[in-house]
Amino acid sequence: MLKYIVKRIVEMIPILIVVSILTFLFIHLIPGDPARLVAGKDATLEEVENVRKSLGLDKPIIMQYFSYMKNLVSGELGTSLTTGLPVIDMFKTRFMPSIYLTFLSMFWATILGLLIGIFSAINKNKWPDYLGMVTAVSGISLPGFWLGLILIQIFSVTFGILPTGGLNGFSSYILPSITLGAGIMSMIARFTRSSMLETMQSDYIRTGRAKGLKERTVIVQHALRNSLISVVTVAGLQFGFLLGGSVVVETVFSFPGMGRLLIDSISFRDYPVIQSALLLFAFEFILVNLIVDILYTKLNPKIQLQS
Amino acid sequence: MQSSSLVKQDAIVVKHAKYSPVREFWRAFKKQKAALVASIFIVLLIVIAFVGPYIVPYDPFEPDYNAILQTPSAKHLAGTDEYGRDIFSRLIVGSKISLTVSFSAVFLGLILGTILGLISGYFGGWIDKIIMRTCDVLFSFPDLLLAIAIVAILGPGINNVIIAVMVFSIPSFARLVRGATLNAKENVYVEAAKSMGASHVRIMYKHIFPETISELIIFVTMRVGTAILAASSLSFLGLGASPEMPEWGVMLSSGRDYLGTATHVVLMPGIAIFLTVLAFNLIGDGLRDVLDPKIKNN
Repeated sequence: MLKYIVKRIVEMIPILIVVSILTFLFIHLIPGDPARLVAGKDATLEEVENVRKSLGLDKPIIMQYFSYMKNLVSGELGTSLTTGLPVIDMFKTRFMPSIYLTFLSMFWATILGLLIGIFSAINKNKWPDYLGMVTAVSGISLPGFWLGLILIQIFSVTFGILPTGGLNGFSSYILPSITLGAGIMSMIARFTRSSMLETMQSDYIRTGRAKGLKERTVIVQHALRNSLISVVTVAGLQFGFLLGGSVVVETVFSFPGMGRLLIDSISFRDYPVIQSALLLFAFEFILVNLIVDILYTKLNPKIQLQS
Repeated sequence: MQSSSLVKQDAIVVKHAKYSPVREFWRAFKKQKAALVASIFIVLLIVIAFVGPYIVPYDPFEPDYNAILQTPSAKHLAGTDEYGRDIFSRLIVGSKISLTVSFSAVFLGLILGTILGLISGYFGGWIDKIIMRTCDVLFSFPDLLLAIAIVAILGPGINNVIIAVMVFSIPSFARLVRGATLNAKENVYVEAAKSMGASHVRIMYKHIFPETISELIIFVTMRVGTAILAASSLSFLGLGASPEMPEWGVMLSSGRDYLGTATHVVLMPGIAIFLTVLAFNLIGDGLRDVLDPKIKNN
């Protein structure tokens, strides 16, 4: 098991390096002179040259990459062009709210998705199944930004029970997390249903029933337990969907998280912030995928045996 | 007596001669009621998208300051927006933009992804490694974030949205086709074609590619829905179509300031996006039930 984890971490390193090269090249890929982009449109020639020197843009590109990596390792992510603050300090206040929002969304979406999926599977081709699956396919098709606006209209404008946006206590997380989690909940529900139906056709389920086990025991102890293995993987892999979705949801609710920061930075052309935010998102995603992989291996005895 | 039985046999032969995979597919697909209704909806939408701009009741760009933020009525079926423009006309013209963007992005992603997947699976070795590791790198960015990064580099605009959505579709297509290729290349007829001296391109195109088609059809349908959502999300974030364009995401974004006073400005484009994406997802589900061999066998 430990050997497998180490192997997966080692395999991750080249990907991390390539991702870091891509984010490093980000500023060079934008058409135009990077120093001019950073200094701003109205900067004088002298100011542009000063920026070029201070950012090391006058050095060979390979040297630039190494100094970028050196700074990255020491936590030096540059300075924001709009606020003048170190990027790392901006991330400190934005990172945790985004993480809380993502995990809260994942938490309720997994629980509700599992319940809908199980309920649909045990009532296959009956009305609870149809209802569950209509809800699920609708949830996947809903544009997050629209759902968010509709929720604001209902719960904030009409009833006035929840804040329209911003971050002021737990209540500020409720609507954004419903918006963000709706899609994932639907995917988990669909996947749980099909996974349960597949498992329930297995021989050991038939055996369980034949030896007179209670239906609840067959479903919870045998069918669900085995279905969970693949559900965990799907739920984990959808984490990326949440990271992408958080950008939109945070914008709708003016939520002070990483996603909103990224979009604001793009509109202000704050390149150091964009560059580091993209890198952070990619690292987060790779890390979550690794954890899901390990969890999957841990849960699935077949893979454990192979490794 | 004998002649009549011969006629019957001929009739059976004719009946069997009419049998085709397309006919079998259609017979199975017709049973998928939700997918069938969704297909009719999409066909109608495509017709509206191309004919609609010539028959819309109002000019979708022309402001009418005497009709600002009017609720839906017989005169304005979906109401009017903050400039008094008819939302129904804008939705119809917008359908062309949304469908063009999503179809072209997915189509380009499909072509490039399929070529890369075929090459990767067929040749294997270092070519396979390079292509798959590149896909891994692209997969390390969540879809929408990759699109946002690309638009951040190229600048906002509808053409750049197409490129962004295309780029994040490529690795998924490549992986899918590679998997199918790895299976298909083990077939005896591929071996036979090789021994008869067929070129690599011919083998990939004539013998392996057809094996991937059913999986690709399902995936493309699902992907169009995702592409519509991604493109409208980018436009909503101000990274896609320009603010005056009747693109559905843009309409939603500009209408959000009037949410409290004129909900229909936000409601209508949202319903349009929702129904279209839902239709593509339902068609995808139906196609999977009909075409996926694993499900068929069950």
